[in-house]
Amino acid sequence: MHGHSAMTNQTDHTLRAVVQDVLGLPAERVAAFTATTGLFGHLPELDSMAVAGLLTEIEDRLHIVIEDDEVDGEMLETYGALLAFVESKRGR
Amino acid sequence: MIAGYPSPAGGKEYAVGFDRRRAHRVLVLPALFDEANKLRHFTIEVLRALDVVGIDGFLPDLPGCNESLAALEGQSLASWLLAAEAAAHHFGATAAVSIRGGALCLPPMLPVIRYAPVIGASVLRGLLRARVIASKESGRPESSERLASQGRRDGLELAGYHLGPQMIADLETAEPAGGASITEITQSDVGGPGLWLRVEPDHNPAQAARLASLIGAALA
Repeated sequence: MHGHSAMTNQTDHTLRAVVQDVLGLPAERVAAFTATTGLFGHLPELDSMAVAGLLTEIEDRLHIVIEDDEVDGEMLETYGALLAFVESKRGR
Repeated sequence: MIAGYPSPAGGKEYAVGFDRRRAHRVLVLPALFDEANKLRHFTIEVLRALDVVGIDGFLPDLPGCNESLAALEGQSLASWLLAAEAAAHHFGATAAVSIRGGALCLPPMLPVIRYAPVIGASVLRGLLRARVIASKESGRPESSERLASQGRRDGLELAGYHLGPQMIADLETAEPAGGASITEITQSDVGGPGLWLRVEPDHNPAQAARLASLIGAALA
């Protein structure tokens, strides 16, 4: 096996699109996100209302349900952590 | 451009109006709460774009919002529907256009055009989620179930908005309202990401122009 599975690629692609739409960032900047790119606490744009909007949009576009008690700082700390969380929800 | 209409609760509410006594006169019901703030500029630009394509537009302050002197805590979707009906009557509206949660208080007697409508439960869920996230961050976690039941009893402050118990209860069950006829405009019809998703209020002239032309086509 080389690289990511098809589902990971698709999840990654959709998640980047959501982050781009919510934060209004240029596509190039979002495309350059790596697993360690900081999100919550690093991006000044991301306040609690923004996080709520981001999660709701992730739910809608990736067909998952995120419980409020699953939301913590760690999962939103980096792009990689958020992607891993979403993948674990989709894998269930 | 600044107009007013008689509030059903007495007194007057303001509205923004583009009135050239044309055949098509639309009442525009704005998005609700934080989305109203994010879409304020966009909404005004849609009115301007409607003016350009020959359609009169009226954007009322819902009681408790913007310049209104009424208390937001005393409002409900029912009181906003009454206000929308009063504004529609006052301005002689021939149709109503709603943006996002504005669809929850559309006057049933008019043809309606709903742009990206949402159910009340989604509006409430977003507001509750933001509060739960903020309280967790500040080290005093709250659960959304407990907040919702507290809200139904006493009302709640969500994202800086003081919502009364009736508003909370109304939002839990509200569906986009019908009208004499219904046209739905989705975000994919307009193109690009919805501006309500954005963290900061923003405007997109191309989307405003496209939405105005879709509204014009629906009225034709």
